[in-house]
Amino acid sequence: MTKTKRANALMYVVLIIVSLISVFPIYWMLIAATNKSVDVTRGKLLPGTAFFDNWKALFAQSPVQEAMLNSFKYAILLTICALVICSLAGYGFEIYHDKGKDAVMSVLLLAMMVPFVATMIPLFRMFSDAGLLNSALGFILPTISTPFLIMMFRQSARSFPHDIIEAARIDGLNEVQIFFRMFIPTMRSTYAAAMTITFMNAWNNYLWPKVIMLDESSITMPMLVANLTEGYVTDYGVLMLAVLLCSLPTIIIFFVLQKSFAEGITGAVK
Amino acid sequence: MSQTSEPKKKKMSLNKRQNLTGWAFLTPATLMIAVMSFWPMIQAFILSFQKGKGNNLRFAGIDNYVRMFQDKVFMQSLGNTFFYLIIQVPIMLILALILAQMLNNKNLRCKGLFRTAIFLPCATSLVSYAIIFRSLFGVDGFINSVLIKLGILNTGYNFLGNAGSAKAVIIIALIWRWTGYNMVFYLSGLQNIEYSVYEAAKIDGANPIQTFFKITVPLLKPTILLTAIMSTNGTLQLFDESFNLTKGGPSNATITMSHYIYNISFKYVPNFGYAAAMSFLIFILVAILAFIQMKVGDKRD
Repeated sequence: MTKTKRANALMYVVLIIVSLISVFPIYWMLIAATNKSVDVTRGKLLPGTAFFDNWKALFAQSPVQEAMLNSFKYAILLTICALVICSLAGYGFEIYHDKGKDAVMSVLLLAMMVPFVATMIPLFRMFSDAGLLNSALGFILPTISTPFLIMMFRQSARSFPHDIIEAARIDGLNEVQIFFRMFIPTMRSTYAAAMTITFMNAWNNYLWPKVIMLDESSITMPMLVANLTEGYVTDYGVLMLAVLLCSLPTIIIFFVLQKSFAEGITGAVK
Repeated sequence: MSQTSEPKKKKMSLNKRQNLTGWAFLTPATLMIAVMSFWPMIQAFILSFQKGKGNNLRFAGIDNYVRMFQDKVFMQSLGNTFFYLIIQVPIMLILALILAQMLNNKNLRCKGLFRTAIFLPCATSLVSYAIIFRSLFGVDGFINSVLIKLGILNTGYNFLGNAGSAKAVIIIALIWRWTGYNMVFYLSGLQNIEYSVYEAAKIDGANPIQTFFKITVPLLKPTILLTAIMSTNGTLQLFDESFNLTKGGPSNATITMSHYIYNISFKYVPNFGYAAAMSFLIFILVAILAFIQMKVGDKRD
């Protein structure tokens, strides 16, 4: 009995230590955003009073509002477009499946293995010829359709009862109406999960916007944060405030939609 | 469709129409993947046999591929990437498995709290966490100030300025960011395993270590395979950490392949052909490793 008790205690100790390590860098970021750079480097771990000074300094030296607005614009646009296009495809692949469509699906899955750095250069040349640099369209097109999202919707369409489709057909609804009026409302949780994943990936994307957003006025939040570390002297308070602003939308979404986020990343597995 | 046609004929054409609707539904997504993934991939392949600066390109056979293996920085980046892969991926996956088994315990208190805490790093963006770790491990960063206060160090140690410690910081950062992510996969996999299997093992006197190797690992094998493939793929394409955490330094000691390809394409005078050849090598490596992992994963069944 004492052996089990000791094992149990050990488990709690391990979990508490791991949890603390997981949370600490984020806690430190929050604390640093409210302190002067000097106090941050001294290892201060309590909230300070320099938050508004950091805020003023950050907004004075960087186009935070513009970057924030751009990030929201790109991420929301991409999320809406990707959800519509990929859910239509996932539904199409599953509900009307036959040999031909299954074959197309397995070819699409190969795209998961294509590394982004390999397509980045041809895409950059393509987009600069098409005048899509510095544009929202340029941001969204490469990831508007992903095998991952299609697979997620295909998996969830598998659990969509065929009886509903048959009944709707008898009621005189056409195939497009069935998708919009029957499938979308039933699959709300899949859409929530897909939305969370897509928005987070879009918000956090760094390499692609860095390649195509060449104008100062079209940069994203992650780019703005990374630019702040370019200088020789780093003001940790200001830098961590920028990191905080860049992380806030995804952290809020994480807490609100934690369950569907977890479902989302594992959704394609089941 | 005409309502007067014979029932059989009508059914045929109905099927056909539904079939066509299916194709119409999946066409936009399929076209976009073809144009945004497969077509650029073909272009990258063609480009990899071309030479020249910027857009003045001419065919040069396999020169780029030969040059790649004589390029010390590229070989360094290849070595670094594999170093991260071999050290970080196994540690992270084993840690994630152990944590998942702990959190799967029915009698555990504060389960939700632990899960949220361990999963939280996933909510930070790659750039954000790279910069947080850069600041924590800076010469005047938090880790150094603690070490000095504890009397372990006299002056700040330049973690990011020494090859060995800079690599270690990247690995620590990667483990911090991705362990919770992989743990969630295992947790959902464990939920598909009947909990009674664990209870039976307990009654039979199996200790937690035996349970881990005899039940958890074999039953989660498909999930472990999936996470291994995803992590391998992700590590081979590592960019943000090298770019923002260590800036590839000191003197390219931590640079990854993607980071070097970015530098060749956009930082120096662009050499797209050479960059395309290097990126094609990443593609081949991803394909080979995924293939090996799938073979190994199949064998033990």
